[in-house]
Amino acid sequence: MSQKLVANLKSAFGERLLGASSAHGDEVVVVGREDLLEVARHLRDRESCEMLLDVAGVDLSEHPSLGGSADRFEVNYLFRSLANRSRVRVKVRVEEGQDVPSLSGLYNSANWAERETWDLYGVPFRDHPDLRRILCHHEFEGHALRKDYPIEQGQFCTVPEKLIQDHDIERAAGRADSAAEELHPSDLLTVNIGPSHPATHGALRLECLLDGEIIVDAKAEIGYLHRCFEKEAEDHTWAQVMPYTDRLNYVSAMLNNVIYSHAVEKMLGVEVPPRARVVRVIVSELSRIIDHLVCVCANLVDIGALTNYWYFYNVRESIYYDVIEPLCGSRLTTNYSRIGGLAHDVFEGFEQAVERNLEKLATAITEVTGLIARNRIFLDRTVGVGPMTTAQALDWGFTGPCLRATGCDYDIRKDAPYLGYETYDFDIVVGTAGDTRDRIMCRVEEMTQSARIIRQALQRGLPTGPIVVDDPAISLPPKEQVYGSIEGVMNQFKLIMEGTKVPAGEAYGFGEGANGELGFFCVSDGSGQPYRMKVRPPCFPIFSAYPEMVKGLMIPDAVAILGSINIIAGELDR
Amino acid sequence: MESITGLLTKIFGDGMSPMALLISGGLTMALIMSLVMAMCAIVFTWMERKVAGFLQSRYGPMRVGGFHGVLQPVADMLKILGKEDIIPDEADKALFMLSPFVIFIGSLMAWAAIPFAPGFIASNLDLGLFYIFAVSSAAPAGILMAGWASNNKWALYGAARGAAQMVSYEIPLALAAIPVVMATGSLNMNAIVDAQGGGVLNWYIVHDPFLFLAFCLYFIASIAEVNRGPFDMPETESELVAGYHTEYTGMRFAFFFLAEYANLFLVSCIATAVFLGGWHPIAGPVFLPGLVFLIKAVILVFLQMLVRWTLPRLRVDQLMHTCWKVMVPLTLLCVLGSGIWMMVSGELL
Repeated sequence: MSQKLVANLKSAFGERLLGASSAHGDEVVVVGREDLLEVARHLRDRESCEMLLDVAGVDLSEHPSLGGSADRFEVNYLFRSLANRSRVRVKVRVEEGQDVPSLSGLYNSANWAERETWDLYGVPFRDHPDLRRILCHHEFEGHALRKDYPIEQGQFCTVPEKLIQDHDIERAAGRADSAAEELHPSDLLTVNIGPSHPATHGALRLECLLDGEIIVDAKAEIGYLHRCFEKEAEDHTWAQVMPYTDRLNYVSAMLNNVIYSHAVEKMLGVEVPPRARVVRVIVSELSRIIDHLVCVCANLVDIGALTNYWYFYNVRESIYYDVIEPLCGSRLTTNYSRIGGLAHDVFEGFEQAVERNLEKLATAITEVTGLIARNRIFLDRTVGVGPMTTAQALDWGFTGPCLRATGCDYDIRKDAPYLGYETYDFDIVVGTAGDTRDRIMCRVEEMTQSARIIRQALQRGLPTGPIVVDDPAISLPPKEQVYGSIEGVMNQFKLIMEGTKVPAGEAYGFGEGANGELGFFCVSDGSGQPYRMKVRPPCFPIFSAYPEMVKGLMIPDAVAILGSINIIAGELDR
Repeated sequence: MESITGLLTKIFGDGMSPMALLISGGLTMALIMSLVMAMCAIVFTWMERKVAGFLQSRYGPMRVGGFHGVLQPVADMLKILGKEDIIPDEADKALFMLSPFVIFIGSLMAWAAIPFAPGFIASNLDLGLFYIFAVSSAAPAGILMAGWASNNKWALYGAARGAAQMVSYEIPLALAAIPVVMATGSLNMNAIVDAQGGGVLNWYIVHDPFLFLAFCLYFIASIAEVNRGPFDMPETESELVAGYHTEYTGMRFAFFFLAEYANLFLVSCIATAVFLGGWHPIAGPVFLPGLVFLIKAVILVFLQMLVRWTLPRLRVDQLMHTCWKVMVPLTLLCVLGSGIWMMVSGELL
């Protein structure tokens, strides 16, 4: 389908399409910066690309084939059409100082994504409504992801940023004036929810302008947990990035491991052995269950139903202690997947441990749904709170349970199956209203579906065979070879010191994370280290919609919505 | 107070002047009541943790004091005594220091008219019930003082919510007790309890359907009146950080805590006296009246804890909606309904 889209683009734009290529199953077109807006409009209106998934900058100055050319930067736009099931990556190359037209007028999700590119690369976006830094502090000087910015150069930034300015207050008061009662700017109160607040579950900041309990204006600030994941990735070998992915979404680290290795394997073109595929499916789904458990129980705590927390958290801990910890030695920072397979085989009794925990999960789900599903207070607090239509959600770049809650049956496990998900029988859980209740209930039901997948995998039995590809250029040799043969030592040494040589090129590897589409846009220059690694965290576009979602609601609603969209700060700020 | 003065006369003979008797009796009673309040906090914090633990498939405190952590509240008290007393620089210091005591005194005063056993009442007021509702209205003032004086936005929000909530819920709370006053024909707490003697069928809760409804409404309003879940608006730890006592530490914080549990027990005691027959047992003659009274009140406290740990929290506007549009009309209906019931059954005539 993607090829057809590119063909359509070619016929529509002809010569103005500067290039088109296809690699690793991704379709790429290059356009001039002046044509970008038109191409994007064409993609949105004619090719039904409802989603702009991400904007990824690349600094080409040290790129072996493109470096040294006139255009220093490359901005990649990742478009996605649900209706046509196609994806296309549009590239724009610009010199330093040249601006790119902003797509924020076409896609809401472009707003924050372009701010990020501006922040980290210094590529300006013309007509952007709010071009400020987003991940780095507003006092930060330089652009951190440029190749000439030294990785060890930290900066001390201390002055907090005032998000809601006086003119915002006056404008808000003016808006309220048109309503029945007279409102003076001094009637409005600015309150910071976060960065340290019980409901933010991570360091986020929302500055709210309040009229009594009602939020009339809100602005979000992120970046408190920015750890330069992408810059660090450029300084490590492909395999060394794996432990860093644990820290992205620290609630479901396994999924990050698996999807990251999936992305790199896409570039390497390797097929993972069947045993590793099945184990990956099982740990991914367990991880998804854990993520949903934590999200739902924290959400319920936020709306005051504290007891549910323990019903879910006990299961989560049980999965951690019974399965995840014996499997990889730690609960949160799993680091279990490897490029080309898994770190090591499953332990004795793995299947029984998983099965035992699935039973506990079923009990917990029955208990919690029994407490909330028809509880009048719960329904009053969540039904119709923060609703989203499918069109709005797509425009904001929502994926995962938050998108499915609006009634859109988009699940990458069905849409573009990987790891053999097409062989499992499960349903996509969809809601109707896209409100807080639907988001919670979708997650609860998705856990049951994940359990179904795991049960099927266990019933078929784990395939026998290796758990990692037998390729000395990709996987570490067994220890007896390292200690017993010169060849083994050599392979080990080369892999550790230089890393897996990923062929030059680029690819966008993605999978269904617990929170939505988790993608890794990787550029390789043929060396053992990534040239560029852009993460598409599912939280990022979702949180960009949050300030808009809470306007006109009350503080308790804002807290309930924040819980239901499951913002994981580690993944949001990277 | 009769039992205390009786005891004193027995000990000291007739040598005490009536004035001395009154003062010493009053002081003794005040001491007992303060102890009861302190015990409330100690017993109920432990009980709350155990109930919460029981509901949440965990144990709660298990270590301090050997058996099921019975000495945990004592350890907490010691810890809280050792805490630094922090007063924010920008706070209104006088109000900040005063407000915990205002809340505390408000609930302490109400204890004067609670009849624990025949003759065991600090002050047998003719306007007992009225007095209790009147003096317990001091709490919103204390909460407002605390929130305002802290000079913290969250505290202010908590205080505004708390004051609005408590002022509102006092109305259904008091209205729900009116049918009982009508049936008894007195506001005297002893008279109300005495009218319910002679077995469970004489308790006001089963007097007529409207009184049963009134009891349910009273129970709900009392949860809101003591600011506990699902009506814990002034605190709402997930929204307002800690609400009106965000800035409080050490002993001052402990006083808020003490007042919360004392109030919890207070509303349960009122419900016991007014609806559940006070010290009268389910059947048979009056037997260990103080214990019977306590058991009933503690069962109500347990129910309140059960509710707190089961239900999600209401939103602040839904809370007001519940009060003014649901509870107040229903309590008025109870007053009207039991009035008609009593007229028809001939009690009033």
